Amino acid sequence: MIQEVGTTEQGELVINLGPQHPSTHGVLHLVITLSGETIKKVEPHLGYIHRSIEKMCESLSYRQFIYVTSRMDYLSSHINNHGCALCVEKGMQIEVPPRAKVIRVLMDELTRLASHQLWWGAMAMDVGALTPFFHAFREREAINDIMEETCGARLTMNYMVPGGVMADLHPDFPKKVKEFIRFFRTKIDEYDDLVTGNVIFKSRMEGVGYLSPESAVSYGCTGPTARGSGVSCDIRKLYPYEVYGQLQFEEVTATGGDCFARYMVRMQEMRQSLSIIEQLIDNIPEGEFQAKTKAVLKLPKGEFYSRVETARGEFGVYIISEGGTTPYRIKFRSPGFSNLSALDHMARGYKIGDLVAIMGTLDLVIPDIDR
Amino acid sequence: MNKEELKVRLEALLPSPTFEEGAEWTTAIVDPAGWEGVARHLRWDVGLEFDYLFCVTAIDWRTHFTMVYHLTSTLHRHTVIVKVKLDRDRPEIPTISAIWHTAEFHEREAFDLFGVVFTGHPDLRRLFMTDEWKGWPLRKDYEDPVNMIKL
Repeated sequence: MIQEVGTTEQGELVINLGPQHPSTHGVLHLVITLSGETIKKVEPHLGYIHRSIEKMCESLSYRQFIYVTSRMDYLSSHINNHGCALCVEKGMQIEVPPRAKVIRVLMDELTRLASHQLWWGAMAMDVGALTPFFHAFREREAINDIMEETCGARLTMNYMVPGGVMADLHPDFPKKVKEFIRFFRTKIDEYDDLVTGNVIFKSRMEGVGYLSPESAVSYGCTGPTARGSGVSCDIRKLYPYEVYGQLQFEEVTATGGDCFARYMVRMQEMRQSLSIIEQLIDNIPEGEFQAKTKAVLKLPKGEFYSRVETARGEFGVYIISEGGTTPYRIKFRSPGFSNLSALDHMARGYKIGDLVAIMGTLDLVIPDIDR
Repeated sequence: MNKEELKVRLEALLPSPTFEEGAEWTTAIVDPAGWEGVARHLRWDVGLEFDYLFCVTAIDWRTHFTMVYHLTSTLHRHTVIVKVKLDRDRPEIPTISAIWHTAEFHEREAFDLFGVVFTGHPDLRRLFMTDEWKGWPLRKDYEDPVNMIKL
């Protein structure tokens, strides 16, 4: 057992943050070694919400296991489902109808927006500004309502199934989404006015939690965390899936490598997502929303890997099949797990108060890390 | 480098080159004893430069374990899978956490869930399970009458 609280021989203070602490956004337990107020070491203790989803999936069929994955990164549940559906489709060689592809991308981008909105509110709250949290939740509510109409759920959607999507779009979907875009375009500028230019906020973020591009790659960081360090790693651009290859959008990167760079990447990503939705919302092809598949899916013997870009980074699904109706082994490569591994490296040498800002810009979702 | 070029390059590099066919990416089988040296070459050799380790996992095949490493180069955008076969009674493999930092966490996960021992790992402890947990949950023969529900 490691020493969990007290003073070390060198006069360093060992303190615990979490597992029940608002800034950890879940049940993350950090054991921090401090010298004065300076961080010497941060050691994450995981497992408070470990459900062994990988083991569970070994006894679930290829239709059933997708539902469990909504419970990992619950803010990107559509995208998790999407990654799993893609992997099963790859194994079964199912061709997804064009309509389903567009619906999937629309849902992914709405999810990304909702996730970044929540991150923005929580991030600002972490560094002491309470108002943005309420703004963010107000706008996120609009997306949740849109999701609820089509998917029937507001958080764990389980809408993507192998072969397409579970049900067709609600007739009001295009209208509501267009309304939302008009509404949110003004709000996102408000976000910038409220927080981005704020002097106090900037002084908490700029030059804090520096992550070099080399370290970002070595620690396996992906998503806005790595892109804030200037690493190009957007799966949507590098390995386009569905209709991403035909869309006009930018991969947002920043070169600062600090908390503010990661913040700016996410803010710009929200604008990119809005633009992707705008490109697609009037061009949803007619036709089937689901390919015809057998009731019982059997993947051929072999191994299949699919990757998608969630709001946090690269999500990978690795299925090893023995030819049966259930996977022999499934590995989920979750973005949060790798991003968290860089926390110790990023936080060393900064003050204890900066740790909360650094964790905020990592955008951790603990069930995604623990699985 | 495309799949074929990569294979030729790896054939020159590996002591006993064996490849698995039919996968999406070039899949090389490596001996546990030589793995650390091969890993250094994969990471640093000009033209290969696999700097991004995006997935590390173990598979329990009941007779043996396989460690699977997915590597990509952010410079050349090629991908390779390295598989290392391990003895099930004595699953030991050298750590690569000094080459790719992300491996430190991933190897702890594999140790925690499969009981694979990574020799030379700086901090090999349980990651998700409590320190006093008995057994290796993701092994196929794992039984836990208290916490496990048979489906």
